[in-house]
Amino acid sequence: MSSKKEPQSLDKRKAGFSRRGFLGGVGLGAAGTGLLERPAEASPAAVAVSGPGPVPITLTINGKPVNLKVEPRVTLLDAMRNHMEPPLTGAKRVCDRGSCGACTVIMNGKSVYACTVLAIDAQGKRIETIESLPVNNPISTAFVDHDAQQCGYCTPGFVMATKAFLAENPNPTVEQVNHGLGGNLCRCGTYMGIRQAVVQASKAMKGAKQNG
Amino acid sequence: MANTPVYNWPPMNTRKVIGKPLKRLDGPVKASGRAKYGSDKKFPGMLFATYLGSPHAHARVNSIDTSEAEKIPGVRAVHVITGPGKEIQWQGTEVAAVAADTEEIARDAVRRIKVDYEVLPHFVDDANLSAAGSHGKAAGEVVQGDPDKAIQEAEVVSDGTYGIPIVTHCCLEPHGCVISWKGDQVEAWPSTQFVTGWAGTLAPNLKVPAANIHVLQDYIGGGFGSKFAPGAWAEIGAILSQKAGGRPVKIFLERNMELEIAGHRPSAYGNIKIAGKKDGSITAWQSSTWASGGFPGAGSPPLPYVYSNIPNQRRNHVSVSTNIAGSQAWRAPNNQQASFLTCSALEDFAAKAGVDPMEVFRKNLSYTPRAELYGYQLDKAAELSEWKKLWKPRGSQTGALRRGLGMGVNAWGGGGHACTARTTINPDGSVLLEMGTQDLGTGTRTVMVQVAAETLGLQPNQVKLVIGDNHLPPGGSSGGSTTVGGVSSATRKSSMNALYKLFDAVAPAWNVQPEQLEAVDGQIRVKGTPGKSMTWAAACKKIAPGSKIQETGANEQRNPMGLNTAGVGGVQVADVTVDTETGQVRVNRFVAVQDCGLIINPRLAESQCYGGIIMGISTALLEERITDNETGHMLNADMEFYKLAGIRDVGDIVVHLDIREENDKRGVIGLGEPPAIAICAAIGNAVANAIGMRVPHIPMTPMHVLNTLEGRKA
Repeated sequence: MSSKKEPQSLDKRKAGFSRRGFLGGVGLGAAGTGLLERPAEASPAAVAVSGPGPVPITLTINGKPVNLKVEPRVTLLDAMRNHMEPPLTGAKRVCDRGSCGACTVIMNGKSVYACTVLAIDAQGKRIETIESLPVNNPISTAFVDHDAQQCGYCTPGFVMATKAFLAENPNPTVEQVNHGLGGNLCRCGTYMGIRQAVVQASKAMKGAKQNG
Repeated sequence: MANTPVYNWPPMNTRKVIGKPLKRLDGPVKASGRAKYGSDKKFPGMLFATYLGSPHAHARVNSIDTSEAEKIPGVRAVHVITGPGKEIQWQGTEVAAVAADTEEIARDAVRRIKVDYEVLPHFVDDANLSAAGSHGKAAGEVVQGDPDKAIQEAEVVSDGTYGIPIVTHCCLEPHGCVISWKGDQVEAWPSTQFVTGWAGTLAPNLKVPAANIHVLQDYIGGGFGSKFAPGAWAEIGAILSQKAGGRPVKIFLERNMELEIAGHRPSAYGNIKIAGKKDGSITAWQSSTWASGGFPGAGSPPLPYVYSNIPNQRRNHVSVSTNIAGSQAWRAPNNQQASFLTCSALEDFAAKAGVDPMEVFRKNLSYTPRAELYGYQLDKAAELSEWKKLWKPRGSQTGALRRGLGMGVNAWGGGGHACTARTTINPDGSVLLEMGTQDLGTGTRTVMVQVAAETLGLQPNQVKLVIGDNHLPPGGSSGGSTTVGGVSSATRKSSMNALYKLFDAVAPAWNVQPEQLEAVDGQIRVKGTPGKSMTWAAACKKIAPGSKIQETGANEQRNPMGLNTAGVGGVQVADVTVDTETGQVRVNRFVAVQDCGLIINPRLAESQCYGGIIMGISTALLEERITDNETGHMLNADMEFYKLAGIRDVGDIVVHLDIREENDKRGVIGLGEPPAIAICAAIGNAVANAIGMRVPHIPMTPMHVLNTLEGRKA
């Protein structure tokens, strides 16, 4: 993206750990695996040189355009939580390094960690957050029914991960649930309820589809 | 019309709301992402703060230059916390903080702060007592009976070394708050386990009256014992806010600092000898232990755990101070360490004697304070884990995959903390219940509403609850498994007090005495007189217009009036499979038999057990704060390498809550901690049983398991 990025990120690496250095490193490693989208595939709005100051961007979140002015280093997660007005805070910042899933959102139909996506790279993508779901949607309801939350801080991430997982696995076994939701972590220990909730949600959603 | 209620719980078989598995009331708002935690708050003009933490484990600050940071546009306040001349005793010590328009600017500014440190020698190797030197403080030897003679005369003596490392709380919502300080008024949205007490701790540091500090919290993203006090961040945030003209400041720790400094469970290590007879009966205990909770050292775990009355004992303990941030209370402080050390030694003694450990635990029950209870639980745990069928003597297995069973015991207090509830009944029939408490995710909201609804003969949705505000009647701190006992008792009292006032207003209508009335199924009625009843709404119309009934009720720790009590035990069994080629330990099933008192909500009580066990499985298999001896740095201060158990790692969990009338009569007892105690013990023992060797150090990672199998020292 930015040719000006390199000197600054090197400078930051000397002083300490920098997000931009981190994302750069991950991007190089992940390009071959397809874990992260390559910058070149980002929206045309991400021009060859942008930043380091704030740049205007447009995100499509929950079907609505959102105009922001953020620095290119700002993650999608921080853009939603810190820069939007009013903020979208269902996605939580926990590890901030793509390890825990608390910030899971759905981008172009796939679950992603919003802390590992730069906001400028999320332009032109369909971003769905938990705020797009009604309070009593089948997944959240299943989580309530099976007491699959305690402090609740990881729960929105789990709900969105479940939504993306069930879209691809509408009839999962418990073993598949264990693998499909392995990218999300809970500290209070609610996994027993989550297993049951995902199974209930899968049945409820199939029922809804048949009725619909 | 003296009409003082006799406080009690309704009989088990008459309860309509208490004892029912109500879904947690804040479930929908949490599961839909609508719940706003302190870290979600955003106020007009709010600034973002971040820290500069010390990169050194031990150093003195020679000089600090913040001028470059201050020049950055958007920086609104810079505060030096650890100035020239001050000594730093652990990595991550807050050196300076910056508040800026955006978090990005604040981070840039922190990087521009120049600090000249004089680096001093550090010590972080808590596992190595021989290296501790002057960092260790011996507690003094304790001797009971004649341990030397008993060991000399014993038929069997086991001798083992055990270690359980420092683990961090890793609350998903980091420590911090949003705080504003303007003039002599402070408003804060912290992440805290003690809404009522938070202001009083902060006030002297700011020299602001506690009455001027308004504390608000709707939700907290995990605490586990680490979030009682405001912490340095509240004071620092307040100072930054004041410097920035009173603008609110959001100051939450970033994940690396959260793991480095926000709290951890102390380690514990020890050499333990157990002596006894070939039949498995124990005659002597000898332990030499040490522990570290970072710079402040650590207290001694209560040894021997549960089996405290072994007649001949010698105990030595050393508290080791390291250049690591101080520990915080961690879900049953000292008990996990004590359970692990004791139960590991008991299992090793059983193996040495050639006796089934279940028999050793049973045969020596007279040394425990509650032999009958534990005896019952051992039977139950054996049944649920299919112990008789699945347990094989240690070392009898061959093949790459080896299955093992192991057990552990727990004990905890968990009475009710002091707190005050307020119940208001309005003439329109609406009911308000209030307390300055907090719901950690344990279900405090739900149990309070259940108790009030039960008491008033209403449905839960007819009670509006307000908590999380220090202007409300005082709540206690949510620690020590004392919350449910406290809030339920106080709510019972305030609601009975309010109801009796309502009876006073209603009784004249039937020309009866107030004590002849009862509240059942949304009606106030004369006991035993079916015709004489009126709806709740009609009864409340008897309250003088423009007035309301408002009554408080307090739980007193020293006089809980039978509403709550303390003291539970538990037995747990782990069933694991160890892959001796990869060192991987898999939990097949984990069985927990848990003693309890009156259960207000079995669904939530069960969730507490699951939660404690899963957290325990995580610490038993994965978690360890790894601190580099050379640099004094925490090497895994992130969630990629500080591992928490995922949904795949926890196996099947069977919880048996001992809900019986005889237990119900004891009153309410907290459950947050007891089920979290014995997991490292049970899993460590199951691994030893499976592979025929003691893996001395938790966690049961492939590295530790393979090192043991290959005879290497970790």
